[in-house]
Amino acid sequence: MATSSGQVGTPKDAKVGGAKVGSQIGRSLPRLEGRDKVTGRAEYTHTMRLPGMLYAKIFRSTVAHGRIKSIDTSAAKRVPGVYRIITAEDIRTVIPAPYYGPAFHDQPILAVDKVHFVGEPVAVALAADPHVAEEAAQLIVAEYEELPAVFDEVEAAANNTLVHEELKPAGTFADLKHLKGRKGTNVALDFKLRRGDVDKAFAAAAHVFEHTFHTQKVLHLALEPFASIADWNERGVTIYSGSQGPSFVRTEIARLLGWPENRVRIKVPYLGGGFGAKLYIKMEALATALSMIVRRPVKVALTMEEQFYTITRHPSTFVIKTGVDASGRITARKCEVYWNGGAYADVGPRVTQKSGFTASGPYDIDNVWVDSYALYTNLPPAGALRGFGIPQLVWAYESHTDMIARALKLDPLEFRRKNLLREGRPQATGQIVRDAKLDAVLERVAERLNWGKPLARGNGALRRGRGIAVAIKAVISPTTSVANLTIAADGSTTLYCGTVDMGQGSDTAMAQIAGEVLDVPAESVRIVPRDTDVTPYDMGTLGSRSLFHMGHAVRLAAEEAREKIKAMAREVGEPEGSNIPLPDLFKKKFGMQAGNIVGTGTYKPDYVPPDPATGLTDKVTPFWMCAASGAEVEVDTETGHVRITRLITAVDCGRPVNPKIVETQISGAVLMQLGFTMFEKMHIDAGQVTNASLADYKIPAILDVPQAMENETVDSHLSTGPFGAKGVGETATFCVSPAIANAIEDACGVRLTALPLTPEAVFRALRAQANKPLADDA
Amino acid sequence: MTRTISFTLNGEQVAAEIKPHHNLVEVLQREFNLMGARESCGQGMCGCCTVLVNGAAVSGCLYLAAFVDGAEVRTVESLADARTQALSPVQEAFIEAGAFQCGYCTPGFLLMATQLLEAYPDPDEEQIRHYLSGNLCRCAAYPEIIAAVKLAARRRKANSVG
Repeated sequence: MATSSGQVGTPKDAKVGGAKVGSQIGRSLPRLEGRDKVTGRAEYTHTMRLPGMLYAKIFRSTVAHGRIKSIDTSAAKRVPGVYRIITAEDIRTVIPAPYYGPAFHDQPILAVDKVHFVGEPVAVALAADPHVAEEAAQLIVAEYEELPAVFDEVEAAANNTLVHEELKPAGTFADLKHLKGRKGTNVALDFKLRRGDVDKAFAAAAHVFEHTFHTQKVLHLALEPFASIADWNERGVTIYSGSQGPSFVRTEIARLLGWPENRVRIKVPYLGGGFGAKLYIKMEALATALSMIVRRPVKVALTMEEQFYTITRHPSTFVIKTGVDASGRITARKCEVYWNGGAYADVGPRVTQKSGFTASGPYDIDNVWVDSYALYTNLPPAGALRGFGIPQLVWAYESHTDMIARALKLDPLEFRRKNLLREGRPQATGQIVRDAKLDAVLERVAERLNWGKPLARGNGALRRGRGIAVAIKAVISPTTSVANLTIAADGSTTLYCGTVDMGQGSDTAMAQIAGEVLDVPAESVRIVPRDTDVTPYDMGTLGSRSLFHMGHAVRLAAEEAREKIKAMAREVGEPEGSNIPLPDLFKKKFGMQAGNIVGTGTYKPDYVPPDPATGLTDKVTPFWMCAASGAEVEVDTETGHVRITRLITAVDCGRPVNPKIVETQISGAVLMQLGFTMFEKMHIDAGQVTNASLADYKIPAILDVPQAMENETVDSHLSTGPFGAKGVGETATFCVSPAIANAIEDACGVRLTALPLTPEAVFRALRAQANKPLADDA
Repeated sequence: MTRTISFTLNGEQVAAEIKPHHNLVEVLQREFNLMGARESCGQGMCGCCTVLVNGAAVSGCLYLAAFVDGAEVRTVESLADARTQALSPVQEAFIEAGAFQCGYCTPGFLLMATQLLEAYPDPDEEQIRHYLSGNLCRCAAYPEIIAAVKLAARRRKANSVG
């Protein structure tokens, strides 16, 4: 079957005027790379090998905060077959300032003088045989002078225990400049939003509610663990890496080496999952430094356990306070959010700021105060995970919203309807909301839940309930995408774009966009694998930005190519509206099958940075992502076990480019967030992760899929989107957690304010409610 | 320390020099360039490394290569027709149903689904879920995987009738 074979066809019928082959947008085309993936031939960095390659195995810190007194590598060096043992001292001989990071240049390639979390890379063993490297790494011994450590984000904000002596912002972001050289603080970013006068509004409010919510540390847990291979020589370096952001990797490696970017080449095979983990620098800098030292290709491929020490989702504490007037209108909301960023900032300051824009939720509130803090702690670093902080915020604000409705004896749906942010109204930042179907997603979920109708409440120990939640996200801005497109003399199309297909189906979607413009079937468009030597700049595959930004760049590149085809037709004397087949047109122009048409497209949306004092701006995002979820649950009040009997999600993703792929993105996002809601949690004892394996850290399996999971996209068209589309990778994660917690309260009257919603947590809450708390809760 | 093992690999008689600690996945990758079975969790929890040994699914990351001496080994690379490269009904169904995203876990699911349909040609949803409960997909393409198995079952039935 041609559509699923991954074969690249030659559209012989491609014509200047464009023989209409049917719209490519809206086709549920199977993924173009499907054949590679079902035959086992798809290549991933983790299974790649280069001739002469050495394997690196990492020796990691066993203390959360300490000064390195000594590293003893003598026993490791004696292992037969070991090539070399490397410490930070060796790294500095090739990269004198070995610090990297997207927001702060704070993370060393290997620990320099100090360690800042348990699991931090301290030394590396190299060998041609990975088993030898592993054995040697286990024989490295380090001694530390332990220092006081801080693990909790709220404690870290008090600055009594400091993670870093001095802050080192990368200079990439204007709003971090004031933090340069700052001492005595763990705050890596303090975002403020000030709208109206919350104090006055609280004083005037009929009711004021304040609650505190927590989220736990969880892991992306891509099934392909991090892997990078670097092959360095004096002329240049080639890095093979499972990276969501090859352009960023190129820029950052060039900076570390003091080289122009064109000497750094990043090649990206398929990714075995990303979810935000494989962004910025992960193993690339270490692999490069090692290859420079030994002048051979070096592979750094982590184990599943090591992923727990690499990048995680931010735990958070959210103190939220809301004023409501006598009519049930929300008049003021104050949000204090503490983000536990771990030992290195990674992209935490971005998460802190960008999520801060919508911390007050999808409501129309005149008086808003947001303080959002990125904090250093002595835990494994945290970054972006499918939502850029939004799922943590929605967990808090939609639980809080439900608690207010219940306290005021208002219907939770009615209360939301009354306060919902409507089209044409200013969002908290001041930007006027356009093309955001908040009402539609909420109403669709309510309808599917039969909200107005009574629910069978269960009997005996089994109690049933339902809950609803709604959310908004501002897509990350400003970011840039560039695409190139070539048409060969036989009429076939090749597309060069840096968006990384890590499973979300972007190659297929981009081919559909190019095909739509050029009137050729998407499956005839060849997508060049990511290689920074040939694929142009893209900010990164993150934050549901690609379909919109890269989609526009691809559209522009294809439109430019289309115009050039028309110009070529005029040049060779074809009449206006000619339908000459492209191979004939090229032959007419070049006398043989020769030549190319090249189109290029660059897209960067308008953005006005928020005012530093107020956080306000009328151009904060190019589009709004909207979602609602509803849950029906059955709680066993004797065990605390929660069974999800229905899970409903509606999203606004604009016009779906590929409805089937959109559907899988929605259900995949719902199920991932279901794990983060019901059971996933990194357990940490004195900084040590105690469940760093798939045996002890459980992710959703096929038996965890709710029997009734219903997902839909609401009718929507983003007027500024490519063919009306918005991104969708994250949207369905937003509302799952609060919808379930709200359903649990509806079922059995207990309110949980911390994730995950384990049977133990429910049981403890039930016992506390019955005035019979468990001994350790009393 | 090294020894030579010989076994049947996807229908061909092969031999390999191995060390006692080598697991089946690394030998398949290093000696035979078969990359479909992949290590992920390293604990036999995820199923990405699934290989069939004498018809039984094993976790190739835990299964010592020495154990396949004299055995019959099948990997995902054997599912498509060796001569024509035509995909098996299960492979076709996975593509059509969109039963994968990143594809890293897919070989394991394909082998288990193939085995399921050989044992139970007409499985109900409960059977499918239970049979595949030892394989993990972080992209959570589970609903589509269930749909793909049902589709493959229908196709196999139609083919055998026809």
